[in-house]
Amino acid sequence: MEHDNTHKLAIFRGTLKFKSNTQKIWGVLIFLSLITIVEVGFGIVKPAFLTENHFIGMKLLNWLFIILTLVKAYYIAWDFMHLRDEKSSLRRAVVWTGIFLVAYLLFILLQEGTYIEGIKTNGYVKWNF
Amino acid sequence: MKATVSNTDTEGKVWGGGNQPLKASYGKLMMWFFLLSDALTFSGFLAAYGFSRFKFIDSWPIADEVYNHFPFFHGDHPMYFVALMTFILIASSVTMVLAVDAGHHMNKAKVTFYMFLTIIGGAIFLGSQAWEWTNFIQGSYGALETKGGQILQFVDTHMEEGDEKMHRVSVEDFATASHKERVRHESKEGLWFTSEAALPTYSVQDVITGFNTKENLAVRTQELMPNVADLKTSENPADVAKAARYESLYMNADKTGQKGVLTRAGSEKALKDAVVYVKGANLVHNEYGNRLFGDFFFFITGFHGFHVFSGVIFNIIIFFNVILGTYDRRKNNYEMVEKVGLYWHFVDLVWVFVFTFFYLV
Repeated sequence: MEHDNTHKLAIFRGTLKFKSNTQKIWGVLIFLSLITIVEVGFGIVKPAFLTENHFIGMKLLNWLFIILTLVKAYYIAWDFMHLRDEKSSLRRAVVWTGIFLVAYLLFILLQEGTYIEGIKTNGYVKWNF
Repeated sequence: MKATVSNTDTEGKVWGGGNQPLKASYGKLMMWFFLLSDALTFSGFLAAYGFSRFKFIDSWPIADEVYNHFPFFHGDHPMYFVALMTFILIASSVTMVLAVDAGHHMNKAKVTFYMFLTIIGGAIFLGSQAWEWTNFIQGSYGALETKGGQILQFVDTHMEEGDEKMHRVSVEDFATASHKERVRHESKEGLWFTSEAALPTYSVQDVITGFNTKENLAVRTQELMPNVADLKTSENPADVAKAARYESLYMNADKTGQKGVLTRAGSEKALKDAVVYVKGANLVHNEYGNRLFGDFFFFITGFHGFHVFSGVIFNIIIFFNVILGTYDRRKNNYEMVEKVGLYWHFVDLVWVFVFTFFYLV
């Protein structure tokens, strides 16, 4: 079987181009480490304006963590698992299937969790004996 | 293939048959199938964790107070250790990609070297996780549990300059060990068909007696303090009443986001409900707070750790195959390294999410 050894070597929508695949791998490692350091930094400092303000029932800080996590997940899947080099049909079959099912599951469970919490706090139900 | 496909006008079309529409081999596609289903399993776990957390949103343990150990350092160091673990796993992912890349260039020596590094990285990660589990299971301060499963921890109400919150006190430091009549019943003594679990180190009475002799102690509950100042200025009378209740019950009602510390009188009253002394965590008891927290921790990091473990085993098999030259002789060359690599990166991917939802959020 002939092997296709060509890689797409640009990240950040083409703004950062690498000379070789090996170089790109190290570049992505540096980027992922930077994100982790930023996450840990925010986790230790916990700036007040991020913990006091909420968006759809969650602290802004938590939204920031989740977005940074998704960014990390993107680069792991695209460059380490080389989805970037696969055909777009394979990429979509994998990614969208997961995203839709997980989004659905999360919506149902988190909605339900919030509802039960409301019953516990506001309803006439004794739960702590 | 030519002989089996009849000539129709679908020839040359992507999905017309006789070619690879996704430009990926059977093995790689099957690996993607598996990874997708495995991703859904992990999502199920994490979504269930989210469900329980939203259900107990005002009493969930604070991760920074649970995972605050670092090897060879005493004191409070939240986050650094898991950040290090994340870095180790990402680094071992990098050596894996480098191995795959070397495989594409048919460079046997380099594949061997990078596979070796990947295995070492995986082993270090597993060791770190074992260490994390050990700390979690052994616990550090100990607490009392009430009949309803609420955890009562102990803090020193005397605060030093610059302290943000009251420090926790280890039960061992104040509990008075009493003379014990009650001995753990083992099956070898008498009734061979009955035995019981290990008895707790202290009886509830030991802890309460010790507590009564130290005036500076107070009980810390699982309750997280809401923004009481905001509640007070609210126009809803129910909110104002809630704020008044928080202020009468807790000493630190003004500290939003901290666990509520009961007044001395309230502490003594709360201790009357205690039934057992707990230290550390297992699937039934958990000194850190809500028991579900411990259960999810064991299940999710355990399931992930099991994936890392099997990943290391796969890597070792592939490593020896590489040394034996198996992939030099194969028709698809080093594709096996790539397939195992996909699994290994997936394990890294899952950890990134576990890291966020257990330690950060």
